[in-house]
Amino acid sequence: MADKTLSNAMDINDRGGKHPFEYEDGQRVEASFGVTPSQTVGPFFAYGLTPGAYGYPLKDIHSSNLTGADRGKTTITLEGQVFDGDGASVHDALVEIIQADETGCYADSPRNDGFSGYGRCGTGSNGPAEHGGDTRFSFVTIKPGSTGNGAAPFLTMIVTMRGLLNHCITRVYFEEDDLSSDPVLAQVPENRLHTLVARNVGTGRYRFDIHMQGENETVFFDL
Amino acid sequence: MGDLSKGRAWSQMPSQAFKDYRSTQKRAPTQAPVKLDGGWDRSISLSPVWPKTGEHDANLTANGRINGDPIGERIIVEGRILDDKGRPVPNALIEIWQANAAGRYVHREEIHPAPIDPNFLGAGRCISDADGYYRFITIKPGSYPWGNHRNAWRPAHIHFSIFGAGLAQRLVTQMYFPGDPTLPYDPIFNSTTDAAIRNRMVSRFSMEDTVPQWAHCYKFDIVVAGAYATPFEEGHSHG
Ligand SMILES: [Fe+3]
Repeated sequence: MADKTLSNAMDINDRGGKHPFEYEDGQRVEASFGVTPSQTVGPFFAYGLTPGAYGYPLKDIHSSNLTGADRGKTTITLEGQVFDGDGASVHDALVEIIQADETGCYADSPRNDGFSGYGRCGTGSNGPAEHGGDTRFSFVTIKPGSTGNGAAPFLTMIVTMRGLLNHCITRVYFEEDDLSSDPVLAQVPENRLHTLVARNVGTGRYRFDIHMQGENETVFFDL
Repeated sequence: MGDLSKGRAWSQMPSQAFKDYRSTQKRAPTQAPVKLDGGWDRSISLSPVWPKTGEHDANLTANGRINGDPIGERIIVEGRILDDKGRPVPNALIEIWQANAAGRYVHREEIHPAPIDPNFLGAGRCISDADGYYRFITIKPGSYPWGNHRNAWRPAHIHFSIFGAGLAQRLVTQMYFPGDPTLPYDPIFNSTTDAAIRNRMVSRFSMEDTVPQWAHCYKFDIVVAGAYATPFEEGHSHG
């Protein structure tokens, strides 16, 4: 069941027994060569993409911990929630991050320190609401350094979920940094800049919420 | 700077708000993505390092096994990961997940009253080889109902997640089966409104690659966008 909330909803789109789309025998049309269309990740990605955090018997490719080793004080926690157009938090979103290390280097080859530079977390991984789950994503990582050319430290975030036909790409900046010369932020409308900045809530914790719609709709990039 | 003509081919992707797929109404962004004129960095073109996959990771008839073979029709699903010029994409991470032969997912929030197969998890992964080739052995998934509208059924499908060279080659899609009678009724499949583009998601039955006495073969090539060129950068080659 891809959408429990709609299982009793009624027949705005009632299609029973009728030919639904302007199909013109569309299955017989030969596929053209080109990029494969995107589709929703659906509600049930967890046992394939983030099995460890949900307790499924498959080894994780990458988890929500990017550090690979005990880095003591340099470790940060990045957490937040994903909100839909009603302001309800989404419990079946997949959040991925890609980032440089503290010196601004990306982990594109295996490293001795185990830093992966890439992590994943599902927003249902700490359990359903009735069992105290709170739809948070939470990453343990290190704060990235600048990757050069005036860029402020940031990490890249990819968000996808049931109800989203194309994944969304955004950036997470940190509120204590000088963001004034960052070449990407310079291209973002000023009244939306705040949607890209994580709040420092103390003791190495950062809060970054994603709003899919509404007044504070998060800036996503065309990439 | 990278080649900024690259990136997602939005004209060939479904629109974010597709009204027949009702969950998009509250979840699709309402603002257009911000188009960047430079300023990106190497993260657009680099792949994370993928750990070595396990021995049975690409064999879904083996990796969920407890005390026997999973029930259903064993199939081979194979193909190539290509870029939009038809060039192979090696070292892409390909992950799949799917319902079992009865149309039931293992996921704990799944409520469809069809049987769970104790010997089938329904998830696997592999990494494309130097020619972009990948191959899975699995069970043909069943169709399952969902709540989008009255009498809504998802056509049989396998979910695919692809991660190639950098952000431009991230893709989440679904593979369908040829001749499935529910395809015309599925708003997710039909969110791509152009039939010639939409049918890129339909696999092809291959008699040549079907293994006698053993398994049908479905071919599914996946085309991702071209990778960005790596932007020039002082220092910071890698750690
Ligand atoms: Fe599905």
